Amino acid sequence: MLRALQLEPEKCTGCLQCEMACSFENEGVFNPAKSRIKVFNFHDQGRFAPYTCTQCDEAWCMHACPVEAIVVNQDTGAKEVLDSVCVGCKVCTIACPFGTVNYSHDSGKVIKCDLCGGDPWCAKACPTGAITYVDIDSTGLGRMRAWAQQGVPSAASFNAPMEKDVQTYGQAQ
Amino acid sequence: MRHIVIGAGPAGVVAVEHLRAFDPEGQITLIGDEPEPPYSRMAIPYYLINQIDERGTHLRKDAGHFDALGVEVLQARVTAVDTAAKTLSLAAGDSAAFDKLLIATGSSALTPMIPGVESDGVYRCWTLADARNIVRLAQPGKSVVLIGAGFIGCIILEALAASGADLTVVEVENRMVPRMLNDTAGGLIKKWCEDHGVKVLTSTKVESIDQGSGDRPLNVVCDSGEAIAADMVITATGVSANTGFLNDSGIDVDQGVVVDDYLNTSADDVYAAGDVAQGKDFSTGGFNVQAIQPTAVEHGRIAARNMVQGNHHAHRGSVNMNVLDTLGLISSSFAMWMGVDGGDSAEVSDPGRFRYVNLQFQDDRLVGASTLGLTDHVGVLRGLIESKVRLDGWKEKLKQDPTRLMEAYIARTQALGHNAYVR
Ligand SMILES: Cc1cc2nc3c(=O)[nH]c(=O)nc-3n(C[C@H](O)[C@H](O)[C@H](O)COP(=O)(O)OP(=O)(O)OC[C@H]3O[C@@H](n4cnc5c(N)ncnc54)[C@H](O)[C@@H]3O)c2cc1C
Ligand code: SF4
Ligand code: SF4
Repeated sequence: MLRALQLEPEKCTGCLQCEMACSFENEGVFNPAKSRIKVFNFHDQGRFAPYTCTQCDEAWCMHACPVEAIVVNQDTGAKEVLDSVCVGCKVCTIACPFGTVNYSHDSGKVIKCDLCGGDPWCAKACPTGAITYVDIDSTGLGRMRAWAQQGVPSAASFNAPMEKDVQTYGQAQ
Repeated sequence: MRHIVIGAGPAGVVAVEHLRAFDPEGQITLIGDEPEPPYSRMAIPYYLINQIDERGTHLRKDAGHFDALGVEVLQARVTAVDTAAKTLSLAAGDSAAFDKLLIATGSSALTPMIPGVESDGVYRCWTLADARNIVRLAQPGKSVVLIGAGFIGCIILEALAASGADLTVVEVENRMVPRMLNDTAGGLIKKWCEDHGVKVLTSTKVESIDQGSGDRPLNVVCDSGEAIAADMVITATGVSANTGFLNDSGIDVDQGVVVDDYLNTSADDVYAAGDVAQGKDFSTGGFNVQAIQPTAVEHGRIAARNMVQGNHHAHRGSVNMNVLDTLGLISSSFAMWMGVDGGDSAEVSDPGRFRYVNLQFQDDRLVGASTLGLTDHVGVLRGLIESKVRLDGWKEKLKQDPTRLMEAYIARTQALGHNAYVR
């Protein structure tokens, strides 16, 4: 049975434990700016909303990728970025209409939620149950496109992106 | 059912994969004329800087992919299509019969009408074959002139600058990427390039490419009177759809192959997809050639479905969108970035830090956007535009702070806690 992240903003207190856990497990640092799940803060209403990739059926990011660097994990259903194949062209970042693929200056590639291989740390870290990892009802299963179910392609020779001075909002310079 | 797809770029490849998914029994042939496995032009800039090798440009990395799908891949050039007999002719003299045909022949870089443009050392940067030549000649100490600072020109600019060659960019319009960004943003990209050692001549036209004197074989003469001694010249002055082989087919061709909402051409059973197709634009509802990768893929999926299942799946229109990385300055533009009649806009500009966001509204909906330096959650601009979500009070908030896009989207859609699989 495939599982998915269930996000319930009404339970979120804005404690950012999920962001800390995500950045630490995936990037090796406690730095919310590097988290793949993001808690949005609606100051004026005192509300919070955790938000990340829904592993959507349409997989806009995956289809837009010119080099097959985003693939479906057959076990989890997650759309995963293959670091060794991604060239950092950023087309997936504009193709995902939910804004949940981000370009990372550090790696010169993109990062997105991969469900931590089936054991998402954000869900484990959330103290209030605003993020839970739950079974998908079986009607959701037929959605995966047959042609996307190929194995992980082997990388050709891939070198690190060139170092450069990048200017953007948000990320540390 | 015999399906033939002409053109082995992203549109053609995605189409054959979907044809197979929808028609497990049918016979599927993919015909492409380039002497390479199907590859992605978009990956060329990364090949130029040696971040990937040629195999890294291939659309499908698994060599047995098409065999496993039962798709026959032919390397051949299609020279004519007979829509009545439902056959096509190949350059070698053979012919092939189809029940359904997809034209996905893409576009080619135009050669500008400049005296001397046929000289040795003048290249386009459109195919892997072009890229091999450029890699050979773009070396430290060489002088390279890039004619055209449109989207494709700017995409290869970074790779050319990274080669260590002295780079001069010549653009006839008053700014860089004139069809993607406004004066402010295009001007900032120019300044950024100049700060990074690239010489940029805007509002300048190349009059001729002459033989050089001295040790540089070429001399690029501009209408400003300036002349640049060059080892290599690259032209990136626009593209045109590859429709020549359809001249006698009776299939309607305008800017590209004319299609309806189902990507069906004027001939029954013949469809078109990708750069060659004059497809529906999401914003205007009109038909134009967008010539971008995401649109090619979208066309490929929809055309394949209609080829197998009949014309039931209408194309809602593709959002025209681009993202560009110019020497580390990342820009993007979406849909009606230039604004619409009777619309209004919001802008934040911080030229000192090369940051810029411009949002275009119609009533209380977002209809277009352009940005510099915005990479986090940038795709939500597409979401806001394509979902046509009413911004309600968020329009005012966005006008005060256009960077609060994600909050606006989350607050205004039911996306709060909504997951694709669970509610
Ligand atoms: C250097 C470069 C960088 C780019 N970067 C981006 C980017 O960052 N983002 C973006 O969105 N887009 C980008 N593009 C554009 C993008 O690559 C195209 O939109 C995309 O390739 C279109 O796909 P397609 O399948 O329609 O056509 P193509 O990829 O052009 O494929 C068509 C194929 O058909 C073949 N063909 C043509 N005529 C015949 C015939 N008569 N018989 C047989 N075969 C034929 C062609 O040779 C070609 O192999 C870039 C393009 C270039 C050149
Ligand atoms: S990143 Fe976006 S497009 Fe890709 S699977 Fe997630 S929600 Fe879908
Ligand atoms: S940035 Fe990487 S994963 Fe995204 S589309 Fe480009 S190559 Fe694919």
